Amino acid sequence: MDVNAIYVLWLREVKRFLRSKARIIGTIIMPVFFLLGLGFGFNSLVKIPGVGNYIQYIVPGIVGMTILFVGVFSGFQVIWDRQFGFLKEIMVTPNSRISITLGRIAGGATTAMIPSLLVLLLSLGIGFAPTVSLPLLYLIPFLILIGVCFISLGLIISSFVNDPQAFSAIVNFFTFPLLFLSGAIFPLGVFPSSVQYVGYFNPLTYGVDGVRYALTGASANPVLLDLLAIFVASVLLVALAAYATKRSES
Amino acid sequence: MDNQKHAISVRGLTKKFGSFTAVNGISFEVKNGELFGFLGPNGAGKTTTIKMLTTLLQKTVGSARIGGHDISTQQNEVRKGIGIVFQDPSLDDKLTGRENLDFHGMLYGMPRAERYRRIDQILDLIELRDKQDVLIENYSGGMKRRLEIGRGLLHEPEVLFLDEPTIGLDAQTRRKIWDYIRKLNKEHHITIMLTTHYIEEADYLCDRVAFVDHGKIVALNTPNALKDSIGGDVISLEFSGNADAMGKRLKTAQWVKGVTMHDSYMDLSVRNGEQRIPEVMAIAAKEGVKILSVNLHKPSLEDVFIHYTGKAIREEEAGSADRMRLAMRSRNR
Repeated sequence: MDVNAIYVLWLREVKRFLRSKARIIGTIIMPVFFLLGLGFGFNSLVKIPGVGNYIQYIVPGIVGMTILFVGVFSGFQVIWDRQFGFLKEIMVTPNSRISITLGRIAGGATTAMIPSLLVLLLSLGIGFAPTVSLPLLYLIPFLILIGVCFISLGLIISSFVNDPQAFSAIVNFFTFPLLFLSGAIFPLGVFPSSVQYVGYFNPLTYGVDGVRYALTGASANPVLLDLLAIFVASVLLVALAAYATKRSES
Repeated sequence: MDNQKHAISVRGLTKKFGSFTAVNGISFEVKNGELFGFLGPNGAGKTTTIKMLTTLLQKTVGSARIGGHDISTQQNEVRKGIGIVFQDPSLDDKLTGRENLDFHGMLYGMPRAERYRRIDQILDLIELRDKQDVLIENYSGGMKRRLEIGRGLLHEPEVLFLDEPTIGLDAQTRRKIWDYIRKLNKEHHITIMLTTHYIEEADYLCDRVAFVDHGKIVALNTPNALKDSIGGDVISLEFSGNADAMGKRLKTAQWVKGVTMHDSYMDLSVRNGEQRIPEVMAIAAKEGVKILSVNLHKPSLEDVFIHYTGKAIREEEAGSADRMRLAMRSRNR
């Protein structure tokens, strides 16, 4: 394991992200539209049993959605680096492929937290109220693990795809089903039971449920089950991402 | 072992992509401290060779050692000992010049104090110290190239690979990059292997040049020896009257390798033609031949390349490829 390489790739990701204001705004625009459109739209129409009004229900979902979108799209950076040649510069250095992958995941998971916390802050302005005394205690680990899962997914996709346009299309093919089958926007219970089972294999289901517990104290599963499930998913996806990177870049 | 003498040794290296053979069983050696060039048209297999030697691409057959380390079984050792400047730009546009160097140093595990010392040295060498905190996206093409060369040197490699180091640069910048490359090789004693499709670049820079065509080395020697191998200089004389006696006399001279006459012209193959012109004029005077004009033609590496491959390295073709590359660069920005 080459700690230097992990650190360099993490630092690069963070510096690039913080320097690009357009990118920060770009990453929160879609979640904010979802939040305003669905939140205001359904708040007076829908009450979720056990949670209360719809804003309380959807904000944790939108926070999870933000990380999903930012995470999967961070695979774009790999395609970009491949096109710009920077990937070769990294690959020719004496560092293991797995450290390079871990560095990217660490950087992506860190930067994906920034827009998700911004969305959470904005939601306070439209009437969302956390009901627990220490929301960050569970929130941060869940945000990190959701990030790790979906950045890994983005890296896996980027290892198969060279073309930026094809990448966008494939990513959309994944992200929207993942979003709707996670309980982020509405409870999984609204689906026929066969579709619900698909949702049980979605890491975001446990991520969003965990975030919801962290912020509102209400959740479909015990929080430790959520934590365990998304942790296992993270480990599996990181291993797959490391393998996919090694396969495509050696 | 010849590890001490040879920075690079390559034996029968081959790369196939499906049924296409990009590099076809090449063998060569590069001595320590040598500036060695791969000259050939686009698509000859130069970059593929560099990619194999720098562990970015797996060979199909053959073997190669860099600084005594095998490129297939000792990849990490090879990577530690080499620096590379890629054909296409490979800097991070959103970072500053200094950050690009700093990240590179960290990726090679250089401790902070040593890294900073080297970065300052390198920035002075490539004359970019005053631009170190500027984002790469605001650098000119020549500045980016200098920074890439500097970055390739930062971790003090034993061998530096330069893949088309001056592609797409204007003549003045190219000249400047050449001077840097020379300086690195002669003053800092770094072994350099470069690829190019610019004849003048190979001629001006390289101690030895390998001509590459269709994945094979067709000739390998010093630029001068290569030029001599196709007959050396040609002195062309235009005369009036009968010069048969003069021609006969020249044929017997030891320093004349060949004489051809047609109409009122005579071509002499000689070495160091410029020194022989006075002698030729003296003989002409003795034989009473009136010389109307004298023309000295020194063979260029281009002539030699044509001699060995039967075709020119088409500058025009290269030019359009360069233009496309430049267009891509500015579009991607």
